[in-house]
Amino acid sequence: MTVQLSHFSAALVFALFASIVFGITQRSEQREMIRYGAKCFVFFALGTIAAGWFMWILRH
Amino acid sequence: MTKESHVGESAGPKSAAPPQPLTMMSLVAPALGWLVPGAGHLIQKRWGRGLLLMLSVVVMFVLGVLMEGKIYAFNTGDILDMLGFVGDLGAGGLYIVSRALDIGRGAINLATADYGTKYIIVSGLLNIISAVDAYDIAIGKKK
Repeated sequence: MTVQLSHFSAALVFALFASIVFGITQRSEQREMIRYGAKCFVFFALGTIAAGWFMWILRH
Repeated sequence: MTKESHVGESAGPKSAAPPQPLTMMSLVAPALGWLVPGAGHLIQKRWGRGLLLMLSVVVMFVLGVLMEGKIYAFNTGDILDMLGFVGDLGAGGLYIVSRALDIGRGAINLATADYGTKYIIVSGLLNIISAVDAYDIAIGKKK
């Protein structure tokens, strides 16, 4: 059995799990963990989109 | 190193308990956390955190393997291969089992296999962060 994810979906799955671990390990309070994890996820996702557009501009 | 620099803003002197001397738990928790992702938290009754960490690391590692990513063996060749081995080794028991079963050979004909390789390395690195967090809890630096 193999799994094939697109580049974007692979980046989102990566962002999800990395954000969960960052949220739990980098903050002490539960509320702060959720907020920090969500913030990391948004930054990962926006960073991916921004990098994609940047590469598109470089190519054109 | 100051207390504030470890766990971020919310772990300042007001919220963190004073560090405790080295205990059996401070040795067992990070070691177990490395061997079984999330177990360092579970053994300290941080059920929710432990299960979420376990889920994150295990799913990422398994996805990496299913994407036919490469699992590095010990090597003294290319520096990136050596770093890949260090990252993979962070996954602890998952790495040991996958090496024993001889899976994770990597498929160079698949573009997504490279994503899988990175997933496996990052799951190992995230597991190391989790194990360090379990140690912080064990010594009382974090709740």
